[in-house]
Amino acid sequence: MIDTLPINFSHKQSAHCENGVVSNLMRHKGFEVSEPMIFGIGSGLLFSYLPFIKVNYAPVFTYRVLPGLVFSRFAKRVGIKVKREKFSNPIKAQARLDENLKNKNPVGLQVGVYNLIYFPDEYRFHFNAHNLVVYGKKDNQYLISDPVMENVTALTEKQMEKVRFAKGAFAPKGHIYYPTAFPEKLDLESAIVKGIKQTCRDMTAPVPIVGVKAIRWVAKNIRKWPKKIGAKKTNHYLGQIVRMQEEIGTGGGGFRYIYAAFLQEAAGIIKNENLKEFSSEMTEIGDLWRDFALDASRIYKNRSGESDGYNKIADQLNTIANREEDFFKRLKKTV
Amino acid sequence: MKKEEVPQDKSHLEKANAKDLVYAVDENGNYTTALSTGWQPKSIALDNAILEIEERTAAAKARYLKNESSPIEYYMELHKMDIPILASYMGMWQWRVKRHLKPSVFHKLSAKTLQKYAEVFEISIEQLKRIDD
Repeated sequence: MIDTLPINFSHKQSAHCENGVVSNLMRHKGFEVSEPMIFGIGSGLLFSYLPFIKVNYAPVFTYRVLPGLVFSRFAKRVGIKVKREKFSNPIKAQARLDENLKNKNPVGLQVGVYNLIYFPDEYRFHFNAHNLVVYGKKDNQYLISDPVMENVTALTEKQMEKVRFAKGAFAPKGHIYYPTAFPEKLDLESAIVKGIKQTCRDMTAPVPIVGVKAIRWVAKNIRKWPKKIGAKKTNHYLGQIVRMQEEIGTGGGGFRYIYAAFLQEAAGIIKNENLKEFSSEMTEIGDLWRDFALDASRIYKNRSGESDGYNKIADQLNTIANREEDFFKRLKKTV
Repeated sequence: MKKEEVPQDKSHLEKANAKDLVYAVDENGNYTTALSTGWQPKSIALDNAILEIEERTAAAKARYLKNESSPIEYYMELHKMDIPILASYMGMWQWRVKRHLKPSVFHKLSAKTLQKYAEVFEISIEQLKRIDD
C-alpha cells in the first residue's frame, strides 16, 4: 500500500468523541464550531433508563441520545450534507477509507473500543459507539485523531480492521462518514432554537423511559433494589449509573456542564440574555448530579455491604428530576 | 463545577498518559475546559466493574475444573464478553453458543467451529481446549 501525503489536520481534544469528531472535521473544512454548540444543536442531552436491556450485567442508563444522532441532527439543522457508508466486506471498507485519504479527505469512523490498543486496558470494554477521525496513512499505519485523547495516535491496518468490524450491540460495520456539502454561512440561530426545543420536548416527554420520568423511575427502583436483588447487585447497578454519568466522556455531570456551556455560548448568538441565567442554573443541576455520584460511590465503595444511604440518593434523584422538569418547561418558553 | 474544583485524583488514565476533558466555569462565570487526572467516585466504580469480571472469570475456571463448564465460558469472561457478544463474533445464534458451554457438547465440536472460537479469542485450538494456570 502506498503512503498518502499527510493531511494537515488540527487535533483538538474534546470531552465526548462524537462531538469532537464533528467539531474537528468542521474545523478542517474552515468552520469553527465548538463542542458544546454541536452537542446543543444536535440535541444531545437526555436521560434514559432501559431496564429490560442489560449491558455489562446491568440495565442501560444513558445521559445522551443514541450514537450518531447528534451529528445527523446538527448537520440537518445547519444545512450540511453528510455521506455515510457501512460495509459488509472489510477489504472494501479499507479500500474506501484509503481512497478518501488519497483524496485528502479526513473521515469520521465509528469503532469498537475493546481492541483500541492505545486505551488503558481498564477502559477497554465491548462498547461499539466510539468515534475517531482518520486523517492519513503512513508506513501502513493509519494516523488517528481520537477526540478523547490529548494527542494524535496511530493504528496498523490489522488493528484498524478489528476496531471497524467489532461485533455486538451497535456493531460499527466499518461505518465511515464525512461532510460533503456546506452552506455559505452556517445558520446557527434557527438551529440553536430547534436544538433547544427538541431537548425540552425529550426531557419532559410523557413516557417512562426518557427524560425526567426516567430519572424518577430509577429513583423508585433504587429504593426497591436492595431488598429485591440484594446489596451486591444494587451496588453494581449504582456503579454503572455513575460510570455512564461521568466516565464515558460526558464532560462531567452527565453532559449537564457541556449543555450549560452551550446555553452560555448560545445566549450571545441568538441574543437572548435569559439563556445566561439558564446556563448557570444548568451548572447547579450538574453539581447536583456530581453530589449524587459522590454519595452513590460512598455506598458502592463497599461492594456487598448494606447501607442506609439508598433512600438518600433516591431523594437526590427526585430533587434533580424536579429541577430538570421545571428547567426545561421554562426553557421551552424562552426560545 | 468551578475550574479550581476540577478533581485531580489518581486513576488508570495515568498509565496511558491520558486525561479527561471536563467543562467548568472560571472565576468570571464563563465556561471553559479543564483536564482532570481522574475522580475517585468513578475510579471506584471502574475498579468494582473490573473486580466483577475477575470474579466471573475465576468462577468460570472453577466450573471448568469441576467439569461443569467448557473452557469457552472461561475465555468468554476473560475477554469481558457475554453470550450475546460472543454469539455476534461467532455469527451464531445465542442458544448455540450457550450449548457449547456444556463440556459434553464442547468435546464433540467440529474442528472448524473450534478454529473459529480460537480465532475470536486469539489463541490456538490447543490452548482453547484447556485453561493454563
